[in-house]
Amino acid sequence: MSKTSPQQDFFRGIWRENPVLIQMLGLCPALAVSNTLENSLVMGIATFFVLTGSSLLVSIVKKAVPGEVRISTYILIIATFVTVADMTLEALVPDIHKALGAFVALIVVNCMILGRQEAFASKNPVGRSLLDAFGTGFGFIIAMVMMGSIREILGTGALLGMKVIPGPFEPWVIFILPPGGFLTLGFWLLLFGWIEKRRVERARVREWPHGVGAREEAA
Amino acid sequence: MSAPAQFQPKPDVPAWRLLVTLGLAGALAGFVLVFVYQATLPTIERNRAERLAAAIQEVLKAPDHYDTLYVYQGTLTRQLPADADPKKLEQIYFGYHADSSPIGFAIASGEPGFQDVVRLIFGYDHATQTLLGMKVLESKETPGLGDKIEKNVDFVSQFDGVQTPLTGVKPRQSTGDPHEVDMITGATISSRTVIKIINNALQRMGPMLESYQAAATGPQSAEVAQ
Repeated sequence: MSKTSPQQDFFRGIWRENPVLIQMLGLCPALAVSNTLENSLVMGIATFFVLTGSSLLVSIVKKAVPGEVRISTYILIIATFVTVADMTLEALVPDIHKALGAFVALIVVNCMILGRQEAFASKNPVGRSLLDAFGTGFGFIIAMVMMGSIREILGTGALLGMKVIPGPFEPWVIFILPPGGFLTLGFWLLLFGWIEKRRVERARVREWPHGVGAREEAA
Repeated sequence: MSAPAQFQPKPDVPAWRLLVTLGLAGALAGFVLVFVYQATLPTIERNRAERLAAAIQEVLKAPDHYDTLYVYQGTLTRQLPADADPKKLEQIYFGYHADSSPIGFAIASGEPGFQDVVRLIFGYDHATQTLLGMKVLESKETPGLGDKIEKNVDFVSQFDGVQTPLTGVKPRQSTGDPHEVDMITGATISSRTVIKIINNALQRMGPMLESYQAAATGPQSAEVAQ
């Protein structure tokens, strides 16, 4: 495995390997509870907490866990953090907990979290695993905020309960319904796909400024 | 081609190590959860009680005080025998004005709606068979459509002053019957659930409410007669 710098560990999850927008992991909560910015933020923070907590713990115990039972041990660790998050949310923000419904408990099966444990935390030192979890967690929060703000503004005309679209506005109710989740995610993926394509094309132009076949023609 | 020759299968991990690892992880997880559960439970229960108390205030129109009644062996009672566990019994609430004249009952009940069980609480004046108000306590109805049963002010406000039993009618088809409730377009099943919950709860509780109210107002009316 090639060495990466601490900055790379952190920023990779935010942009180049964003869990939702690039890797397309953790789409279930990103679609289901992103109908308002508030719900998205709380879901993002809960997932961030579970991800960093379990990455830290998995990285600490990685040598003591035999390979045969590693997945079940990781799931047990993740499920414990999820239950802690679930109970804490119910005590602190009961209304949002009610709105998130079953999706807090479903963080257990968010493949983004188990993916980071299996691909990174179980093979790397504690510090780098934490950086990786911070990056991926922030990347998830950013994606949730991008989904939630668009859906809340178009679906209700407000943001965090405050009116942001002036004048009479008939809310596009579809944006807070499930189809709105798919539409919003689709447009974001389109944008990110386009940015990535442009990046690749520019890199190619730098390498072959006169086109791929130009050198043979000249020769 | 040296790689295959160098390959050596890892020695088998003994079964007891697997068991110990998983057992230890499970025990630690349980340990942590017991602590978090105990730490958060009082706040969670306080939140629930607050939400219920606020709902009772709303559906009984700010009563001065209210009694908690338990459904115990087919009757409503304020005093439970020592062996009964109040947490396991259905509770309803009976509110009074400041001068101790009764307002009515607040009854919480639930039934399956469009997605999941809808639970609501409603205020009910048994003497006039009229509803005083309705508030949804728990529902997972479709955001933007079914959740109008708790968010649509026009729909919710109808439950103040309507006569029981309720009948649901489509909007603009009402005939002025005091039993009618206008249902919400696009939330037919959710609206019908609300009506069904109230009608069924009253049918189930009716005789108990009757005898309790007779007993509660009985001595008072006797005093007035003297």
